[in-house]
Amino acid sequence: MPTKSVISGVLLASVLFLAATAGFAANYNIVDVTNPFARKIPIAIPHFKPMEGGQAESIASRKSSEMLESALMFTGYFKMLDRGAYLADPETMPIDSPGINFRNWTGIGAELLITGGLREQSGQLEMELRLFDTFKEQVIIGKRYSGSVEDQRRMVHKFCAEILFWLTGSRGFFDSRITYISTEESGNKEVYVCDFDGENTRKITSLRSICLSPAWSPDGGSIAFTSYKSGKPDLYIYSLSDNHSTVVAEKGLNISPAWFPTGNQLAATLSFSGDPEIYLLTGSGKIIKQLTKDPGIDVSPTFSPDGRKMAFVSKRQGSPQVYIKNLDSGSVDRLTFNGKNNTQPEWSPKGDKILYTAIEDNQINIFVIGADGQGLAQLTSGSGDNEGGSWSPDGSMIVFSSSRDGNEKIYVMTAFGTDQRRLFSKPGKQSEPAWSGNRE
Amino acid sequence: MRRKIWVLLAMLLVLPAFMMTTACSKKAAVKKEAAGMSDEERARLEAERQKELERQRLLEEERLRKEAAAAAQTKFEAEHIYYAFDSSTLDATAQDTLRLKAQYLRSAADVAVTIEGHCDERGTVEYNLALGDRRAEAAKKFLADMGIDASRMTTVSYGEERPLDMGHTEDAWEKNRRAQFVVK
Repeated sequence: MPTKSVISGVLLASVLFLAATAGFAANYNIVDVTNPFARKIPIAIPHFKPMEGGQAESIASRKSSEMLESALMFTGYFKMLDRGAYLADPETMPIDSPGINFRNWTGIGAELLITGGLREQSGQLEMELRLFDTFKEQVIIGKRYSGSVEDQRRMVHKFCAEILFWLTGSRGFFDSRITYISTEESGNKEVYVCDFDGENTRKITSLRSICLSPAWSPDGGSIAFTSYKSGKPDLYIYSLSDNHSTVVAEKGLNISPAWFPTGNQLAATLSFSGDPEIYLLTGSGKIIKQLTKDPGIDVSPTFSPDGRKMAFVSKRQGSPQVYIKNLDSGSVDRLTFNGKNNTQPEWSPKGDKILYTAIEDNQINIFVIGADGQGLAQLTSGSGDNEGGSWSPDGSMIVFSSSRDGNEKIYVMTAFGTDQRRLFSKPGKQSEPAWSGNRE
Repeated sequence: MRRKIWVLLAMLLVLPAFMMTTACSKKAAVKKEAAGMSDEERARLEAERQKELERQRLLEEERLRKEAAAAAQTKFEAEHIYYAFDSSTLDATAQDTLRLKAQYLRSAADVAVTIEGHCDERGTVEYNLALGDRRAEAAKKFLADMGIDASRMTTVSYGEERPLDMGHTEDAWEKNRRAQFVVK
């Protein structure tokens, strides 16, 4: 159980946010400041201790502590206290509580402390990590991990998942990946994948064509996307393990894939009937049923995490807006009433909110709204075009594309619009990111 | 005395004439003997010359027809249909242009076309793919209603992926919101 000081901070902020948004039915505000990310928990992460000595151990110790710092800072919940201010020497300080002088840490304002000790032998690594409440002078989480030196990133991320679970009740996103489209110099657009923090980029397609709108299957084993390889927009369902695609190439559009939260099914917009409609398909591309029946554009499906509802974009009332279809009853209700052009909805994995892209006066920005239509908030503003948002698997963060630095690049922010920053640097343009589930 | 003068005059006129005709026929006879050609051969040569002239004439006609067809195709492919923002409605200008296209398609009866639908860069990727599809389908339907066989026309949407003008101005956007015809 999180300690009072920490949990009360998080709970209070959540309650305040809910209270604040209750009254915002008709208008919206930019970046709600009453949110769990506004007050960051001060944490100290001294460099880990090499337990036996030896160069490999020292290098691994420093690297792991930096990986841990990086991963925790990524979440937006914490504020890292500068190592230059630490009063204890990480090389000599004990890593377990009987020996730790907690006043060294509360004295510099740390509410949380993480210590680590590493043992390395012939490429094999053993890592002991502990999270302490400095005021209660108690260990909160203690774990030991072993594996090869190459596994140190995974070990560190496992520990981060434990910390997030303690703090938020969810294991976070440290074992998730992001897929996106990168435009190359040739003008070709290919599908790429990277880890949640932008590391370990891999090129998925070499179709020498235009690829668009990639979408992860719930188990992270497949990516569906549209490609013009054959000269028209066809839907590819690509299996990462087989390196093989099933192609849906009906007449007209085969676009806008979005996976159903369970099983092996996905929705897509097909226009073979002469009109773009949303259909449910099996994971191997066979049509199961038609989900929309309305003349005009119906595109960009996204399912609620319980699979009972589907949000999508329709122009049925004259302008592109987000609608929600109740898949049990079949009824369709309009969700967005603010603005004349609302597209690209994505349902939060927590089920409570839907993000979307709004175009108003040539400004393109990401908004979020409650699934019940309440609590409209604008998350980006005044920084180029911001679109194509996708939720982290725990619903705490959003990845999106932004042209604020000139070319389109991939950015991340918290679910409340704070801590907006670029995810990685890569030449060219990157767009249409999609965040996978968490394998942990 | 007067009768004698008349006879003399007559003889003066007739004699040279007589001499000339005999000389002419002698000439012709000489010519004929030199060329060795009969009437039939001359006729054959003349027929061949006429055939060659006709062949040249037909080639020239064909060349002119091809030139005209190429020019018509170029014009057909160069004139685009334009749309208002977020719309697939055909305005009066668009309809006029489509009527010209129908004319071409009637005259070039064996031609099949691809109708491409395009959008400007505003709007989001998937929505624009669908909008481009609607634009191409709208043009196709108009032509089908004018009697052009639907099986001759294929539509494809490129969304915002193939702009003609890379600019970020109203002007550029206007040029990109189009349906474009390509002869297959």
